[in-house]
Amino acid sequence: MTLTDIDPKLDADGIPSRHNRWVKRLRLPAAWRRPLGIAGLVIIAFWVLVIIFAPLIAPFDPLAQDSARYLPPSGDHLFGTDGVGRDIFSRVIYGAQISIPIALLLVALSVLVGSTIGAIAGYFGGVVDTVLMRIVDLFFAFPAIILAMAVAAALGPSLVNAVLAIVVVFWPTYARVTRSLVLGLRDSNYIAASRLLGVSSFRALIREVLPNIVGPVLVLATLELGNAILLLSGLSYLGLGAVPPTPEWGAMVSDGARAFYNYWVALFPGIAIFSVVIAFNFLGDVLRDALDPRTAKSVAVVDR
Amino acid sequence: MLMFVLKRAGAAVLLAIGTIIIAFLLTSILPGDPTTAMLSERAAGDPAIVAALREKLGLDQPLYVQFFIYLGNLITGDLGTSTQTSRPVLTDLSQFAPASAELALFAAIIAIVLGVGLGVVAALRANGVIDNVLRVVSLGGVSVPVFWLGLIVAALFSTQLRLFPSSGRLDAGQTPPPAITGLFTVDSLLAGDPGLFFQAVSHLVLPAFVLSAPMVGLMLRFSRASVLEVLGNDYVRAATAKGLPAWTVVRRHVLRGALVPVITVLGTAFASLLAGTVLVEQIFAWPGIGSYAYRSASNLDLPSIIGVTLFIALVYVVVNFVTDLLYGIIDPRIRTA
Repeated sequence: MTLTDIDPKLDADGIPSRHNRWVKRLRLPAAWRRPLGIAGLVIIAFWVLVIIFAPLIAPFDPLAQDSARYLPPSGDHLFGTDGVGRDIFSRVIYGAQISIPIALLLVALSVLVGSTIGAIAGYFGGVVDTVLMRIVDLFFAFPAIILAMAVAAALGPSLVNAVLAIVVVFWPTYARVTRSLVLGLRDSNYIAASRLLGVSSFRALIREVLPNIVGPVLVLATLELGNAILLLSGLSYLGLGAVPPTPEWGAMVSDGARAFYNYWVALFPGIAIFSVVIAFNFLGDVLRDALDPRTAKSVAVVDR
Repeated sequence: MLMFVLKRAGAAVLLAIGTIIIAFLLTSILPGDPTTAMLSERAAGDPAIVAALREKLGLDQPLYVQFFIYLGNLITGDLGTSTQTSRPVLTDLSQFAPASAELALFAAIIAIVLGVGLGVVAALRANGVIDNVLRVVSLGGVSVPVFWLGLIVAALFSTQLRLFPSSGRLDAGQTPPPAITGLFTVDSLLAGDPGLFFQAVSHLVLPAFVLSAPMVGLMLRFSRASVLEVLGNDYVRAATAKGLPAWTVVRRHVLRGALVPVITVLGTAFASLLAGTVLVEQIFAWPGIGSYAYRSASNLDLPSIIGVTLFIALVYVVVNFVTDLLYGIIDPRIRTA
C-alpha cells in the first residue's frame, strides 16, 4: 500500500503537491466548512458587495422623492415606493451602508470599553475587581432593549446617541469575558517573569496579556454583530435611532407600520435586517459548536 | 435553607437599589435640562424663573441629596408625571401592566411548550434532517426583528386570511370582564363566561406568537443541549439496556434531568418577553406597558420611559430571585454553593 492509497491528495512521497497546498491555504478552517457556516459567509459577502457597489446597483437616489407615492413593486421599482415617493429598493441598498458599518463600529467601541474595564478588574483584583464587577452585574439587571431605549431617549434621538446607548448595553459582556480571561493569565509564569524584570503593570497588560485575549474576544464580538444590528434597528423603529430621511432599515419598517395596507414598505427592509442578522447567527452557531468542547462531546455521544 | 433565602434576598435588594441608582442617573446626569421641557419657551429664557424651578425640583442640591429626594419620592410611589398623559407614571403603569403581563405569560407558555418540545425532538434526532431544520428555525427565531414579524403576521393572518383578530384585547365594543386579576382570560373564566374567554384567547394568539419567537429559538437551543447532555449519562444507557421502550426512557429518565436547567432560564426569559412587548404591542394595538413605552419613546416622555425601565428592571430582579429560590429547592447542591 502506498501513501497515495491512504490519501489521494498526497503524492508518492507523502508531500502535498503544490496545487493541493494552495487549495489548503485558501480553504476555510474546518470548523467553518459546514453548510450553515458557508450560508452565513455567502450572505455576509453578498451584503459587503452591496455596500461597496451601492451607487452602481441602486437605480434611484435613496432620498429623492421623485416617484408616485405607494407604488407597488414593479419592473421600475422592484420593491415599490414609500409614502413620499422614494424608491424602496434603492433605500434598502443604501441602508446596508448604514446598518452594517455602524454595527461594526458600535461592537468595536463596546469591546474597547468593556475589555479595558474587564482587564483592569481582572489584573488588579481585590477591591477594584469587586467594585467594577458589581457595576457590571447591575447592567445585566436590565433587558437590553429597555436600557438602550432609556439611554437613547435621555440622550435624544439620533443615530450617534443610539450607538452610545447600545454601547452602554453591550460593554458589560466584554468586561466579564475579558476579566475571566485575564484572571486565567495573570498568574502564569511568563507574566510573573516580565513583572520580575521590572515591567510596569500597564506594559505587562499591553505586551503580555492583550495578545492572548484578542482571539476569544474577537470571536465573541463577531457573534454579537447580529444582535447589534437587531438592537439598532429596534431603536430606530421606536424613533430613537436614525432620524428621517436616513435610509435605515428599522426606521423604514417603522414607516411601513404606518402604511399597513402597503405591505412592501415594511416587508423588504425587514427581510434585509433578518438576512444579515441570521447570517451572523449562522456563523456564530458554527463557531460555538466548534469551540465548545461540551457540544462536541455530547454530539459524539449521540453519534455512537 | 433559611440562610440561602436570606443571602439571595440580600443580593436582590442590593440589585434593586442599583437599578434605582441607574434610573436616577439617567434622569439627572445625562444632557438635557429637565426644566426646558417643563417651561414654555419664553419662561425658559428667563434665568430667574429657571433658577426658581430648579430650586423647587431640588436640582440646585448636590447629586447625592438629589438621589435621596428621588428615593423618597419612589418609596411614596411618586415616579414623576408623564408629560404625555399628564398623569402620574405609577397610575399609568398600574393601568397598563396587567395587559402586558397576560401577553408575556401567554408568550412564555407558547415558548415553553414549543421550544422545549421541539428541543427534545431535535436532541433525540441529533444531527439528522429534523435536527438541522430545527436548528435553522431556532436561529431564525432569535434573528427575526419582532416588530417586522408582527407586521407581516398581522397582515397575513388577520387582514388577508382573517383567522385571528390583530387589534386590542377584545372585539371592539365588548365590555371587559369584571376586573379581579386584570388578566382577561382568567377574569372571564372567573365570571363564568366561556365565550368571552375564547374571544380573549383569539386576540392573544397573534401577538403572543410573535412575541414568543425569539424565546422559542432560545428555549429550543437550550433544551436541546440540555437533553443531549443527559442522554450521555450512564443511567440513561442503563435504562435503555434493560429494555425500556425509548419513549419511557425519555419521559422517565431524560426529561427529568434535562428540564431542571431549563427552569433556570425561565425567569430571564419571562422578563425579556416583558421587554419585548415594547416592540410588539403597538402593532397589535395591545393596551399594555409596551405600547405605553412606544408612545413615550416617540414623544420623548422621559419620566414615563424611566418609569417603564425601572418597572421592568425591578420585575427582572424579583423574577430572578424567585428562580434562584426554585432552583435551590429543586437542586440541593445550589444551596450550599
